[in-house]
Amino acid sequence: MPSVLWIQAGGCGGCTLSWLGTDTRDLFGLWRSQGLELVWHPAVSEASGAEALQLLEDAANGQLAFDILCVEGAMLRGPNGSGHAQRLSGSGQPMVQWVRRLAARARWTLAVGSCAAYGGMCAAGANPADACGLQFDGAVRGGLLGADYTAASGLPVINIAGCPAHPDWINETLQALALDALDADGLDAYGRPRLFADQLVHHGCPRNEYYEFKASAAKPSDLGCLMENLGCKGTQAHADCNLRMWNGSGSCIRGGFACINCTEPGFEEPGHPFATTPKLAGIPTGLPADMPKAWFVALAALSKSATPRRVRENARADHLVVKPAARKRGAP
Amino acid sequence: MTRLVVGPFNRVEGDLEVTLDVDSGHVRSAQVNAPMFRGFEQILLGRDALDALVVVPRICGICSVSQSAAAAAALARAMGVQAPPDGWRVAQLVQATENLADHLTHFYTFFMPDFAREAYRGRAWFEAVHARFKATVGSAARDALPARMAFMQAMGLLAGKWPHTLTLQPGGTAQALQASQRLRLVALLAEFRRWLEERLFGDVLEAVVALPDAAALRRWVAARLAQAGTTPADLPLFLHVADDLQLWQTGRATDRYLATGSYPSADGPLMRGGVWADGGVQPFDPSDVSEDLTHAWLAADDPVQPPSQGQTVPLVDKPGAYTWCKAPRWRGQVLETGALARQMVDGLPLLRDVVAQHGGSVAARVLARLVEVARVLPAMQRWALALVPGQPTYTPGELPAQAHAVGLVEAARGTLGHWVGWRDGRIAHYQIVAPTTWNFSPRDAAGTPGALEQALVGVPVRASETTPLMVQHVVRSFDPCMVCTVH
Repeated sequence: MPSVLWIQAGGCGGCTLSWLGTDTRDLFGLWRSQGLELVWHPAVSEASGAEALQLLEDAANGQLAFDILCVEGAMLRGPNGSGHAQRLSGSGQPMVQWVRRLAARARWTLAVGSCAAYGGMCAAGANPADACGLQFDGAVRGGLLGADYTAASGLPVINIAGCPAHPDWINETLQALALDALDADGLDAYGRPRLFADQLVHHGCPRNEYYEFKASAAKPSDLGCLMENLGCKGTQAHADCNLRMWNGSGSCIRGGFACINCTEPGFEEPGHPFATTPKLAGIPTGLPADMPKAWFVALAALSKSATPRRVRENARADHLVVKPAARKRGAP
Repeated sequence: MTRLVVGPFNRVEGDLEVTLDVDSGHVRSAQVNAPMFRGFEQILLGRDALDALVVVPRICGICSVSQSAAAAAALARAMGVQAPPDGWRVAQLVQATENLADHLTHFYTFFMPDFAREAYRGRAWFEAVHARFKATVGSAARDALPARMAFMQAMGLLAGKWPHTLTLQPGGTAQALQASQRLRLVALLAEFRRWLEERLFGDVLEAVVALPDAAALRRWVAARLAQAGTTPADLPLFLHVADDLQLWQTGRATDRYLATGSYPSADGPLMRGGVWADGGVQPFDPSDVSEDLTHAWLAADDPVQPPSQGQTVPLVDKPGAYTWCKAPRWRGQVLETGALARQMVDGLPLLRDVVAQHGGSVAARVLARLVEVARVLPAMQRWALALVPGQPTYTPGELPAQAHAVGLVEAARGTLGHWVGWRDGRIAHYQIVAPTTWNFSPRDAAGTPGALEQALVGVPVRASETTPLMVQHVVRSFDPCMVCTVH
């Protein structure tokens, strides 16, 4: 029965809040039924203060065995290498020291969310706290624990990327570990579990018809495809957000706004305004994954010329101005 | 005199450490440390103006929509755009969903489990509270979390996802609703109301809001506890605990309250704004706010800065500093903000009477939060019914070459302000004053402690306690959000 110790480093806590929204009748019962035992979690466990500190100390020095270390939030190494940007309350010690000690004891180490995985939004701009991920600094392997780190299981850090991570990505990764069903082949090049990272956000996109015809939205609330003008990276982003819904029936694109590729290392610095598609000679520079540019350009030109009026007009409206025609069956 | 350093302080959002000087069984003085700094105000500088809508929600996983709304409000003010009526309704619904869900998360997940601790075994109410609220295993965990999850499907319908939606825009929202979305929203709000009335309140929402004073509240609780053969609903059960543990007499801060007006509309806000001080409400002017950096690990030429000119520059070895948090002051005074502040400023009779009797307290803060749930959900139902599918939700706007503006919203935990400046479409200045920045501020240059630091003075500490329980109740009664506090 794998036991799980969860700590929050330099983040917003949003992955925990996302996880608390798991679509189940009994989140903690779900864990127990899958053989997962919760040792401590900063948002839900009873132990606080001295009791929690003792528990963490015991875990770090090997007296309290645990299997899975979940780390949420970026590694804050600054300012000036001091680690003072985050000291674990009550301990006076930088959180990055605690993470190093705990990771050395873990059978599996999980980065929950893009901050813990790669640095995330905390590492954007001037990166004032010198944030990085557990085993990546952006897209570069290394991070706090170093490129060669492996947990006792032999696996590197498992990166449940996302800003936030979907609750199912977290639960299913843990469930797979409990079933001993996750090995190195189950992770992609950025350490992400393939159970969600082998899909693209584009898969299941409800705006697919607009995409096919390059019938594009021009402003927020338009129904058209968000890729050509509004910065959408769904065709490149590794996640199953349009196959596995958020909060019941949602996804970023279903909410009317662009996928910003939040499961990708470095998503926080796209090199252009998030909601504007960068273009060269009128052609988006970020093309769909695996698609040769010439083909994309040729297909886009062809499909634009073949766009039905319905799709073209609806793309620039906030509700259907031309409805799909109901086929009339002729009376005999 | 004994010194206790309390941390890690869990079941609050983010990192918190409290240092207590204890003498003769009571807290003599407290220092509050917000020990985590990420530097969002610097991260934002130089970026495209609209990028703030992506960046600021990620300050906070629990107030993410409020951060987004404050940024959108500042941008809308600078652009001079207003959302169309349905854009306004959807935006209010998104904010209200977050605020109510946060109140639920606080009560069930963060606050109540402390009363199920072994230290309270033997109290008349212990068995009922233990069965219901014991952390992760009490019945509330498998009742309130699914209710919250079902309610938050409103976010899937209206905002794509939560946290970290991009749907709130200056000028409205990114998605116009379809007929089916409106119907599902109306249905799930009705379902949530039934759950609240049955499990949280034990009464219809309107009846809770209409309770006129503390005496009526006592009769209401007694009636609910006296119903034989049934488990009382959760609010009456808590209020019973509150009487027994004297939570009405514990945790008083300044009794000066800040709110900026909730869910504003052309007809006025649902709950009005202002500053409650010395028995009356005064208008709130954001230019009356300054931040005092004396005890923060931040460099400053002038330790007292208005947010419109504020700076955030780390200085780790600063003498006298004990937190990353600045100390916001209104005309030099400490204010408390949050649900209790909103009810005090707006003038809800029940909370005005409760505070008139004992001042602000652990129980008053929790009561105000839940009464607010009962006030806001019916408004959400009205907004949802008023939506007209096919109507626009978004008005485009242009940002002037140079502009500055203040965006103010009421987050679950209180008043959140963004003071923003733009030059040539890029962010040139960004200062954020969050609710818990107010409530958990350190001392200022005059040595005046912040609201929590004042509320902790006099709190009882038993001889054997290293993490005093009553201190935990007081701290959590504010529903602190530490990730917003420093950002």
